[in-house]
Amino acid sequence: MRIAYDSIAELARLAASETMTIGQLVLEEQAEQLGRTKEQLLAVLDEDLTVMEQAARRGGRKDVHSHSGLTGGDGWRMSQYARAGQTLSGPLAACAMAIAISVAEYNAAMGRIVASPTAGSCGILPGAVLVMMEQRGTSRQQACEALAAAGGIGLVLAQQASIAGAEGGCQAECGSAAAMAAAALVELNGGTPEMAANAAAMAIKNQLGLVCDPVAGLVEVPCIKRNAGGVMCALCAADMALAGIRSVIPVDEVVGAMREVGESLPCSLRETAQGGLAATPTGQALARKIFGAN
Amino acid sequence: MNIFDIIGPVMIGPSSSHTAGAARIGYVARKILAQEPVEAEIGLAGSFAQTYKGHGTDRALIAGILGMRPDDERLPRSLELAKEQGLRFSFHTVQLPKCHPNTAVIKLTGKEGAVAQVEGASVGGGNILITRLNGMESAFTGQCDTLIIPHRDTPGVIATVTQALALYKVNIGNFKLTRPIKGDMAIMTIELDGQLDSGVVELLKKQPNVAGVVYLRAN
Repeated sequence: MRIAYDSIAELARLAASETMTIGQLVLEEQAEQLGRTKEQLLAVLDEDLTVMEQAARRGGRKDVHSHSGLTGGDGWRMSQYARAGQTLSGPLAACAMAIAISVAEYNAAMGRIVASPTAGSCGILPGAVLVMMEQRGTSRQQACEALAAAGGIGLVLAQQASIAGAEGGCQAECGSAAAMAAAALVELNGGTPEMAANAAAMAIKNQLGLVCDPVAGLVEVPCIKRNAGGVMCALCAADMALAGIRSVIPVDEVVGAMREVGESLPCSLRETAQGGLAATPTGQALARKIFGAN
Repeated sequence: MNIFDIIGPVMIGPSSSHTAGAARIGYVARKILAQEPVEAEIGLAGSFAQTYKGHGTDRALIAGILGMRPDDERLPRSLELAKEQGLRFSFHTVQLPKCHPNTAVIKLTGKEGAVAQVEGASVGGGNILITRLNGMESAFTGQCDTLIIPHRDTPGVIATVTQALALYKVNIGNFKLTRPIKGDMAIMTIELDGQLDSGVVELLKKQPNVAGVVYLRAN
């Protein structure tokens, strides 16, 4: 078996024809390509899952802060609020946000994380997968298979569009992570491969055009909050897909649109810290404060 | 590309290009020096020069020079560890024409007096491209196991090395020879499809006109 990873629709079609999830199909195929067993790949993914869990826990402490002093402590704030039980978005979504923020804050504080697909977007997939383990009884094995599904979707995005903010803007990082997380959530909730593909499409559509405009060029503002936004976008897309809603524009055309939008973004909005939020008076004042003080 | 390029690498944040890639460049420099470093002079170009402190690029480079991998949890404390271990270091800005925006030039001096100079770029996602070694042009990524063999440019040296690899049934994925002056010092950079056991490395080191063998394991 050889998969080219040039089409999400094809990935879903193949999985359905083999009566597997996308995650199981990707595991089978990658094991063959890498000359290892499926169990060996699952063991690596299990280690990744452990790193994600540690990052969520350590990043969720009250005293976490980045070297620049710009960020930290919001993961803790969000989880306190989620635990108090008065959230608008419900306990599952609020906890997913708390995990996403905690992991992203831990990254900014030079903690150990799993780039998924990138360091800047590293909170979204853990937010989706860990909250299913915490609140919906997802097993470690299922979680690892969901990571494999996310990996398969990410491989297509990396090859057919981009997963680098410097190339395609934030849609390429947080947008890709949300698409990967949306597909993972659908599979964890018993949806079909086709539903997973639709969820990926809808997650990308809802973040199409998102620019990469980090204040002072650092992976902090607005990156960390975009991880919370990204996991919410994934939940929204997964729920729509599980409800039977389909993307009118086929998933691979959505990916093509993401590439085209990314290519037409001006340089100032592709990780150069020259436009968007980075160029606001406050963004510039913060940049002067951080680098002027050093 | 495989799924672990997407779900991974495991790394110390905050930036795959400014932190993980920088640690990898430092690690290669340490391997090329092949002895304990006592001094590191690091030139930073482009985006590295502008934002290195905020991204911990300085800490990542020094961590790599101390022999740490990009996921080593000691990485954030590397500057303090360097001082404890007697490694002096300094950072300065360099202007390099036509280089990748995330480029570092590392000059290391070892305990026994060896000097290594490595220029490398962090090209995204934690991946790197080493562009110069000891003043000579180079081009390798460290994504597969790589042999770096400085040698005197004389007939038969390359054949001796490749025969040894053939003997141990290791396939060559890529071979590059850098030779600024005919008959002078040159560097073979050999990317391998498999792993080498230490016996081959020791055997290669003993060959005539081979000045050294650096074996970089893929990470």
